[in-house]
Amino acid sequence: MSERNERCWESAEFRDLLRVHANQPESLIEVLQKTQDLLGYLPRPALEAIAQALRVPLAKVYGVATFYSQFHLQPRGKHVIRVCLGTACHVRGGEKILRRLSEVLGIAPGETTPDRKFTLQRVACLGACGLSPVMMVDEVTYGRLSPQRAVELVLKYAAADEQVAES
Amino acid sequence: MKEITIEIDGRRVTVPEGVTVFEAALKLGIEIPHLCYHPSLPFLGACRLCVVEIEGARGLPASCVTPVAAGMVVRTNTERVREARRTILDLLLANHPLDCLTCEKAGECRLQHYAYEYGVASSTWQGERKRLEPDESNPFFVRDQEKCILCGRCVRMCQDVQGRHAIDYVHRGFAVRVSTPYDVSLTETSCVFCGNCVTVCPVGALTPKMSRGRGRTWEYTKVRTVCPYCGVGCNVYLHVKDGRVIGASAAEGPAHEGLLCVKGHFGYEFIHRPDRLRVPLIRQGKSFREASWEEALSLVAGRLLETRKRYGASAVAALASAKCTNEENYLLQKVFRAVLGTNNVDHCARLCHASTVVGLAAAFGSGAMTNSIREIAEAELLLVTGSNTTETHPVIGTRIIRAKRAGARLIVADPRRIALAEEADLFLQLLPGSNVALFNGLAHVIVKEKLYDAQFIAERTEGFAELVEALEPYTPEYVEGITGVPAELIVRAARMYATARRAMILYSMGITQHTSGTDNVLAIANLAMLCGHVGREGTGVNPLRGQNNVQGACDLGALPNVLPGYQRVDDAEVRRKFEECWGAPVPTQPGLTVVEMMEAAARGQLRALYIMGENPMLSDPDINHVREALEKVEFLVVQDIFMTETACLADVVLPGACFAEKDGTFTNTERRVQRVHKAVDPPGEALPDWVILCRLAQKMGYPMSYDHPREILEEIRRLTPIYGGISWERLGTDGLQWPCRDADDPGTPYLHKDRFARGKGKFHPVKYRPPAELADEEYPLLLTTGRLLYQFHTGSMSRRSQGLEAMAPEPYIEINPRTAEVLGIGDGQLVEVASRRGSITLRARLTERVARQVVFVPFHYAEAAANVLTNSALDPRAKIPELKVCAVRVRPLGANGSDGGGS
Ligand code: SF4
Ligand code: SF4
Ligand code: SF4
Ligand code: FES
Ligand code: FES
Repeated sequence: MSERNERCWESAEFRDLLRVHANQPESLIEVLQKTQDLLGYLPRPALEAIAQALRVPLAKVYGVATFYSQFHLQPRGKHVIRVCLGTACHVRGGEKILRRLSEVLGIAPGETTPDRKFTLQRVACLGACGLSPVMMVDEVTYGRLSPQRAVELVLKYAAADEQVAES
Repeated sequence: MKEITIEIDGRRVTVPEGVTVFEAALKLGIEIPHLCYHPSLPFLGACRLCVVEIEGARGLPASCVTPVAAGMVVRTNTERVREARRTILDLLLANHPLDCLTCEKAGECRLQHYAYEYGVASSTWQGERKRLEPDESNPFFVRDQEKCILCGRCVRMCQDVQGRHAIDYVHRGFAVRVSTPYDVSLTETSCVFCGNCVTVCPVGALTPKMSRGRGRTWEYTKVRTVCPYCGVGCNVYLHVKDGRVIGASAAEGPAHEGLLCVKGHFGYEFIHRPDRLRVPLIRQGKSFREASWEEALSLVAGRLLETRKRYGASAVAALASAKCTNEENYLLQKVFRAVLGTNNVDHCARLCHASTVVGLAAAFGSGAMTNSIREIAEAELLLVTGSNTTETHPVIGTRIIRAKRAGARLIVADPRRIALAEEADLFLQLLPGSNVALFNGLAHVIVKEKLYDAQFIAERTEGFAELVEALEPYTPEYVEGITGVPAELIVRAARMYATARRAMILYSMGITQHTSGTDNVLAIANLAMLCGHVGREGTGVNPLRGQNNVQGACDLGALPNVLPGYQRVDDAEVRRKFEECWGAPVPTQPGLTVVEMMEAAARGQLRALYIMGENPMLSDPDINHVREALEKVEFLVVQDIFMTETACLADVVLPGACFAEKDGTFTNTERRVQRVHKAVDPPGEALPDWVILCRLAQKMGYPMSYDHPREILEEIRRLTPIYGGISWERLGTDGLQWPCRDADDPGTPYLHKDRFARGKGKFHPVKYRPPAELADEEYPLLLTTGRLLYQFHTGSMSRRSQGLEAMAPEPYIEINPRTAEVLGIGDGQLVEVASRRGSITLRARLTERVARQVVFVPFHYAEAAANVLTNSALDPRAKIPELKVCAVRVRPLGANGSDGGGS
């Protein structure tokens, strides 16, 4: 991953972005947004470069980047899987679903698969307790899950992507 | 400004518009409970503990962010308000470990205080608690995230006051906390370990490491005194328990506004180091034996008198100390003048600001800072030159940064790209030793463009015509050739300086430590007078004095040509006054300066030398020569707190008391005389230096005794007009700034108002002369020396304080990467640095801070003493040596110090 991080410099657009906003502390949020658009997330070397170019202390850059939920400091997969561990889902086996998905994808909650396809997250109550246990893949909510059913759904997303890639 | 009257708890109060309800209440003596509010920080309104009831207002507003409005009726302590506060405290405690039994802060924690006051024992909320490990990754303080109440005081202190912004809130919602980016150790950030965040933290989330487990507020007493390091003169509390200093914290004071730097805050460990000198020592062959005071002082008295008898009074000399109190310096010069009959008294100010004293006395009539530190905030423009202020005078450094961020303009002229250069509007990177050319160049532009203050020049100065003539050749292009500063920058700097309404020049040893030191100072004075930039608030010429009491040592006559208060020894009237008081004749001939003493010693003319609290073996130029000189002296007495490099050469070593072990006064760089208080007893048999001097005088048959330094101060007051109104009682906690001529004089924040101390200000035309030694083929680089934030002077104190030493344990040389490449030197590689006088071995640090032809070495380290290399060539008038420039060559060595072969 760190190898990838270092590569933010290979993006000519990123370098241009910094040049345009050099010495402009006030455009911090805008630059963070554009950087994320370019690189998919906000790697550490990028934040350090932004701090230097805009002349904003790194502590501030980091504070802002971690404050807004729109910013991601870790790479994000194409699909974000959110497994609910709110009270209702917890009681009905949300934990097992999370564990199973974690095994199948080979990553811990909070991480992204090396091929950048899936990010696995745990969340507290998705507001669909009546359907518990619940998970969301991107914007779609799936309820009354079993671990097996959750895995099948995820594999479907993977297959769909592959078809798109081939066609 | 409009005044507004409001009613608080049934009482009326009138305050200026814009003031908050909280502050208005304070004015009535009502302290509204608060956690995030702090008087020296911007308001945040985060904790809401300060809520009050305001008639007609919706809800309960937070008083610390609510401005007063006409006719407001406020209640600060109703049941409704108290209930709201209880809820807030309850919520805070929900997330707080109830560790008061073992918490360092217990007893002074604000949360504990309010929980008690409001009867909130523990939280009724049973939510998830944050679990976070404390951050112990730096040598000075611990951050315990679990105890943090997120008041943001530390963040605002670091960002808005200290200007570092090393920490901030990170993450959001429940996960929010205060940390560094990526939770790295503070040692990897811009943090300078001032500990000012620790000072303002209201709870036990930030606590000093060194005092951990050593006692809490009810167990120790706080003794207010003055920091023993630099000339800012910050006030500190020493925490004393069972006769030991177990901690230190910031005290409020006008010079430093309650801030400290890392040395003042965490550099006190040297006080109780086991290697403190505890008994008098007498040389026995190659080593020393312990002796009684009786024996040691008899020996010293006998040898001093005998030397004088056999070789005359000019064969004895004394070095006073910029670390000792005013009273002690006064007594030292008194003993040598009155008892031994010599004016051979000097001290290390010779090595730092002798040229200031001579130059500013000639131009203005007084050689001290013209303004007060707090006036930095009033200046529209600051010109900082030859001063790495953020490291050498850290609290003034932050003041400058704050002024700059509040809108002042900043010009930095320095051979190195120092931290302040990064903040500057203009950075003039001149070659070492080219200062006169630069300042003449600025003055040239100002004259050519008629930007000078004609009225000021006509009314308050003399010598303008001669100056104009002398400036003629210094065109920007000519000056560029000498200094390396682009002509265009010279023009811009000149215009900026001249057109500012209030402009302040701050300078330090980069100006003074040159063979042209006095000329540098005169050139600066010329520039200031040309623009009328002196004699007003926030406007002037400000030499920053290095040592805690170097100003005082100068003031009290530890100089060979003047008695206390800069009264000349060759003035019969002055002498008569002192002779009457001292009951002994005062010698008429000015004595020898430090470097001249070393020369006289080497020639065998100076036979007995008494050194009080100085370490010339590290601080003086050309150490090899100093060693020869000191070895040649027949009788060397060193009075100090540690076995310094110099004490090792002594015949008798007398153990003195450090700042924490005696009463007295120090005078800081802004001429503020401040009280120093005894916190603990000296170790072993060590004695306060003033007591030692009294006993020594008595041994020599001169009756001299005082019960307390206040009596010495009283004697000083009577003899020294500029200290004429300064008494122990009057000094109180804030001190007094001299001149303070009588008991009603409130002291003088800035000098030369309406009239210069010498009458009219005098322009002195000065010519650029190159440094004594320039780079040549054999020694192709220019060496400049200086100090570091974490060390101080010769390191006797700072190197014995663990945290400081941990931050800067090793000497190094700064080399420009391009120069290093040519020389085949890598970052961190061992190199040999040689000048015509000697060589040292140390590691290379590659950095763009220095220009290609310049290298830099800090002078604190005995193991690679920069002053082995430096040149003792003197400024002809001030006799200050050229510590800031000499020619060197640098050569890479192999890993173990062997010859690296590359050349
Ligand atoms: S010690 Fe000083 S610089 Fe470091 S975090 Fe605290 S306030 Fe900031
Ligand atoms: S560490 Fe202390 S000062 Fe900083 S936010 Fe936490 S409680 Fe406040
Ligand atoms: S070293 Fe100087 S700036 Fe630092 S605390 Fe002491 S007096 Fe203040
Ligand atoms: S607990 Fe899972 S949706 Fe509410
Ligand atoms: S003290 Fe007013 S909101 Fe914290």
